[in-house]
Amino acid sequence: MTADLEALAREIRFRLIRMSYEVQSAHLAGALSCVDLLVALYWRILRIDPANPASLHRDRLIFSKGHAVSALYVTLAKFGFFPEENLDRYNHHGASLPEQPCPQMTPGVEWATGSLGHGLGVGLGIALASSIQQNPHATFVLMSDGECQEGSVWEAAMLAPKLKTGPLTVLVDFNGWQATGRSRDIMQMEPLAEKWTSFGWDACEVNGHSMPEILSALEKPLDHRPRAIIAHTTKGKGASFIEDDNNWHYRSPSAEEVKKAAQELGIAQ
Amino acid sequence: MRNAFADEILKLALADERIVVLSGDIGNRLFDKFKAAMPTRFYNCGVAEANMISLAAGIAASGLRPVCYTITPFVTTRCLEQIKLDVCYHNMPVTIVGTGSGLSYAALGSTHHSFEDLAIMRSLPGMNVFAPADAPELRSAMRWAFAQNQPAYLRIGKKGEPLLTDEAAFTAGRWQCLRTGYSATLLACGTILGEALAAADLLAKENIQAAVWNCASVKPLDFDTLSHFGSSPVFSIEEHSVLGGFGSAVAEFLSGGKPPPRLIRLGIPDEFLHDCGEQEEARVHCGLDAESLARRIAAEIA
Repeated sequence: MTADLEALAREIRFRLIRMSYEVQSAHLAGALSCVDLLVALYWRILRIDPANPASLHRDRLIFSKGHAVSALYVTLAKFGFFPEENLDRYNHHGASLPEQPCPQMTPGVEWATGSLGHGLGVGLGIALASSIQQNPHATFVLMSDGECQEGSVWEAAMLAPKLKTGPLTVLVDFNGWQATGRSRDIMQMEPLAEKWTSFGWDACEVNGHSMPEILSALEKPLDHRPRAIIAHTTKGKGASFIEDDNNWHYRSPSAEEVKKAAQELGIAQ
Repeated sequence: MRNAFADEILKLALADERIVVLSGDIGNRLFDKFKAAMPTRFYNCGVAEANMISLAAGIAASGLRPVCYTITPFVTTRCLEQIKLDVCYHNMPVTIVGTGSGLSYAALGSTHHSFEDLAIMRSLPGMNVFAPADAPELRSAMRWAFAQNQPAYLRIGKKGEPLLTDEAAFTAGRWQCLRTGYSATLLACGTILGEALAAADLLAKENIQAAVWNCASVKPLDFDTLSHFGSSPVFSIEEHSVLGGFGSAVAEFLSGGKPPPRLIRLGIPDEFLHDCGEQEEARVHCGLDAESLARRIAAEIA
């Protein structure tokens, strides 16, 4: 049932690895960890139309872990928001795909992020407006685990259950690493799902690389509460030599490593 | 000015269903009428100002017109990055209202003083910055702000400010000449206007004729008026640090003139204030009351 989505996720992962090689850009591993979440959202959940990206009734996804935006760009290109050739000019001067997202520059990008901890508050505002305006769309916010260390996240988390908003879902890409170390060694991250539950959210945990588990969580109808999906993921998922090695927060692959990744992902070159 | 804000936002919101009021847990009973009339358009966002600004930006992104209201330091410097990125970078039409600005809450100490808000807000691209002098001008500035589609910051006082302006007079980028005079030009920004007018009265008794301008529009400045000052000295007067605020904005513009008129910036010295009492006493301490202003201006002209 989900084999098509899994194949798509492998394609996207390979394109990401090749892109990182081509422009020697950082943040590859954090992009790889959230690919399955993006594929599930775009191909099964979000009601959006690439031909009408500014539709008032579209579902909104705030991609709050802005440093991993390359994953969003490849997803948006595959989904039809812009030609895949544009990816060849990722991070190029004068092109439309900057290293952190910017809605004025890229079709399908809802919000400029990159400084962590802004996306949830903005998403909450969008969800509140949808209720005030009786515009029945859903709002999603995809965050990183390190991002949960920002105080502003918990300001928004504490307010959300007290507001009558349209449907709001947070997905935390819990890959266990932040820029310089394991997130659980730096801050008291865990128990993360219980934190959201205690703030009044309907929280659940899934394997963030299991398409059936992700879809099951996303397809479950919301009750009156906002929803948090803690997705346990592997930073660098898709290539054995990148997985769970935090050097890949910054480094980019060589031509040889791109070939190796293609083999592991089953991509014909 | 607080009551005028509450009354005017009620009137505006009754006529414009896009207006949504966000409060940072302040204004006890101030918004009762608003809440009763429009319960789905008033939200107390709690003691969480950074989130209030991001929330407002998200609300504005959907076509509504939020206004964020709380005490000045908490709705400006505390949540600066949210204002910079979520409001200004996205050019969202969010109106930020800082109440109790400058020395309004002098007795509460530095936590409640705001001497740097003009400096910081005017440095953000796309932000309009206004410091109305009294309640009528605040109402006028609010109407201007909600008629635009841009971010705006309104720096207001507390209560009991003397009525000095004409309700219909505010226009962004335009100052009003309230008094003419050839010996000096006083540019008063915000609720300090009353002290500047009283200082001009005192100076007149010494045969010093000072013009007084009401300069509520800090960004944009009134470039036309600034371009036509003659050779008499110009004094900027503000209840804000002498660094970076209204006087600095005027200095930046005048420094390009050939030759620039002489500019003397009168404001709060570059220091934290301690034990300064109420606003009137703090103004005396800072040399911003009418008598101190008159003395300082006369000394500069002599």
